[in-house]
Amino acid sequence: MYDAGKIIVGLVVFVVLATSPLWMNMLTEAGPEAPEIVYPTNGSTECVESKEYMIPNHMDLLNEWRDEVVRDGKRDYVSSLNGKTFDMSLSRTCMDCHSNKAEFCDACHNYLAVSPYCWDCHVEPKGAN
Amino acid sequence: MDGNRRDFLKLAGLTAVGAAGATSIKAPNVEASTGGDHAEPSGDGVRLAMVIDLRKFAKDDALIDKCVEACHTTHNVPDFEDDPKNEVKWIWAEDFETAFHSQEFHFIREDLKGKPTLLLCNHCDNPPCTRVCPTQATWKREADGIVMMDWHRCIGCRYCVVACPYGSRSFNWKDPRPAIEEITIDYPTRMKGVVEKCTFCEERIARGLEPACVEVCENEEIVFGDLNDPNSKVRRLLAERMAIRRKAGLGTQPEVYYIIDDPRTLQEVAPAAVVEVAEGGDHA
Repeated sequence: MYDAGKIIVGLVVFVVLATSPLWMNMLTEAGPEAPEIVYPTNGSTECVESKEYMIPNHMDLLNEWRDEVVRDGKRDYVSSLNGKTFDMSLSRTCMDCHSNKAEFCDACHNYLAVSPYCWDCHVEPKGAN
Repeated sequence: MDGNRRDFLKLAGLTAVGAAGATSIKAPNVEASTGGDHAEPSGDGVRLAMVIDLRKFAKDDALIDKCVEACHTTHNVPDFEDDPKNEVKWIWAEDFETAFHSQEFHFIREDLKGKPTLLLCNHCDNPPCTRVCPTQATWKREADGIVMMDWHRCIGCRYCVVACPYGSRSFNWKDPRPAIEEITIDYPTRMKGVVEKCTFCEERIARGLEPACVEVCENEEIVFGDLNDPNSKVRRLLAERMAIRRKAGLGTQPEVYYIIDDPRTLQEVAPAAVVEVAEGGDHA
């Protein structure tokens, strides 16, 4: 084997560089800080479902709402939390409490690099950017 | 070997002919596509319809603009003012002869001639637009007969725009948002590449309101109601007055009616009944 030394050194340098994001993260404390969810400031404390359900499932719930309202013309959602009825509407019900899209929606979505297309058509409340 | 191949080809040919024959017998759905001018509205449930009184509209020139304005503001319809190619409209005006160009009008009464006539989606009982939609983004609601649109699902193929004989559908060639003067938060806008049209204010009806264009009419210039209910305002008006529909001969069963005659006096309606009515009967 010619130039074994150079090749081995080169390989070691390559592996160290290629895995640098991993061990850099291990050496420093953590990655970028996860955004904190900003909860409604209008005094309302309960969502249509529990927080534990909403965090991983809100996108599915919104899809269900969309289909029921548009396809089936049903607009009332009965919460499994307490049997309360809600209007299945993104701009009326959700944004009524979570009125700051930038802080509530975008903070997490940007962090996770997802770009839902809700806002291509639906209008966010005024006064929030 | 040679004989085998010939047999195989013969058999294959016969099979192909047989299969083609079988499907062509089944294919045309004649029942659904016909339906003359006089067919009754279908379905047992509610069949929403609109009756537009052209005689009343002729008296108020500003009313049409009010209706258009009310609708287009409520639904965030963009206004590309000097750009007819990109025009998006849910409700608009055309002069009487153009609106009803399939009928021929010779020597028509002066006060109808060239009068702006309010046009919108006819929410046909036999809508051609819904049949061509490849994604079912537009369909006829069984419950009330509204020809609905699901803008989430529209892929912008524009088949429906071509299929609609009334020009009721518009395509968003451009992003509509910059062309909306003031956005109504309650209602979504559309995005570039989507077809839109009047929905009979489906979202307002669901909240117990009348359509936006009906609401601005203070003297019942437009009446909205259930065609399947013999006691509804629309049915009573149609029973009493002369109304026409756009291109009724196509068999699409449009559900927007246009009253073209003047209200008759009580004597003309039923001379014998006048006394009865005067005595306290409800003249419907």
